[in-house]
Amino acid sequence: MLVLASAAASAEPDRERLKHLLVQECGSCHGLTLNGGLGRPLTREALANFPVETVRDIILDGLPGTPMPPWRPLLSIPEASVIADMLKSGEIR
Amino acid sequence: MISRRGLMAAAPLAAVSGPTMAQQPAPALRGTGDLGVIIERANGSVLIVETTGRSILKRVTGLGDLSHASISFSRDERFAYLFGRDGGLTKIDILEGRIAARIVQGGNSIGGAISDDGRLIAVSNYEPGGVKVFDAETLALVADVPAVSAAAPKSKTVGIVDVPGRAFVYTLYDAGEIWKLELPEGAEPQLTKLTGIGKLPYDANVTSDGRHYFAGLFGEDGVVHVDLWQEPLRAKRVLANYGRGQEPLPVYKMPHFEGWGATQNKLFLPAVGRDELLVIDLATLQEIGRVKTHGQPVFAVARPDGRHIWVNYAHPKNNVVEVVDSETLAVVRRLEPGPAVLHLEFTPRGHEAWVSVRDTDTVIVYNTRTFAEKARLAAQKPSGIFFTARAHVIGK
Repeated sequence: MLVLASAAASAEPDRERLKHLLVQECGSCHGLTLNGGLGRPLTREALANFPVETVRDIILDGLPGTPMPPWRPLLSIPEASVIADMLKSGEIR
Repeated sequence: MISRRGLMAAAPLAAVSGPTMAQQPAPALRGTGDLGVIIERANGSVLIVETTGRSILKRVTGLGDLSHASISFSRDERFAYLFGRDGGLTKIDILEGRIAARIVQGGNSIGGAISDDGRLIAVSNYEPGGVKVFDAETLALVADVPAVSAAAPKSKTVGIVDVPGRAFVYTLYDAGEIWKLELPEGAEPQLTKLTGIGKLPYDANVTSDGRHYFAGLFGEDGVVHVDLWQEPLRAKRVLANYGRGQEPLPVYKMPHFEGWGATQNKLFLPAVGRDELLVIDLATLQEIGRVKTHGQPVFAVARPDGRHIWVNYAHPKNNVVEVVDSETLAVVRRLEPGPAVLHLEFTPRGHEAWVSVRDTDTVIVYNTRTFAEKARLAAQKPSGIFFTARAHVIGK
């Protein structure tokens, strides 16, 4: 078990798992099509003015004073970068 | 501010004609009291189910984006009004398993309600915000009430419920207000506004006597209460000590007040940003206890007799359901239905509970006394489960 756990920790981000997380968990507030809900729309167009690093940092640290939570306890920095890339490239539609 | 449209409103899509009677044997007569609808949120479809034999009767497709979709039922329990995330309002004939009417009424909606006389359907919108009211028969627009206030130019509206007297109560998320909209027959609509109730009220609900409306706040401590039996209406802060001086946990899924744990004399509310339920005495509106839970509660639902409260949790602890004794406030059972439990619904007298497990594409039916699994049904990414008995409950 220990070997498996450490292997998972150092592995490349699992894109399928992150895509599932993005659609299903982010989708709870931002909509399954990312067109917005209680949270703002996260479509490529809606994020056009945000650099990918900004998107990544918002995922990691949240937006204090709003319901957007910090995902740092659940996601690594590379994983947050993959999700930010998916959003900026618009591959989730 | 309120425009009223009658015959001018666009007609909904015409109903399709069915097969000719000569070709098909007449269907067996059946009632609808043991029917229900399960949302398949990723596919834009719903399952029509029956809870006596625990089986799927039909899948209805083509319903749009159903993230966060919910349902109200007609008084005769034949029609389900489905409120979709993409602004779709669909009237489904659950006996015939087909779409009876469908419109796209807004850009982004969050829920709805049916009036006590069954004639009006109100839809609560995120975009453009506000509430629209439709004729339950035809889905023609009856009233359009934008959520414009001094506190915010537009607001997402949440926590919409029906209350007696052809009226709806709902909450303005951005402005921090609670509005009561009355639509008396043959007279102009009336709007009562309670302003400055608190920051970011994210959801609300009413007790089934139509009296106590509670709204949860995201941006402040406490919970907002309106006694709808008192005139004039006033919004009061209760549970002022809830949340005070404590750093909340990150919230990965907002708690829901829909289907909350209301018993005869107590209310069990999911705390926001905390692994606990808040217990309120409905007579005094004082907090009388807390229940430490497995994670952050999303739904806390009372079994219809009120003896047990079933609770599900936010990501990443959403594989568990706990059962709380409403008298002792102890967790008496922990179930593990599987990854991503999104919702649960009791049969009308509470002998069984149906639990949707999104990531295994399953709905599990439990005996609520023995907690034995009675059945598993295949459903695609199931979320909300709604049984027709809701037709006769105020606030549902």
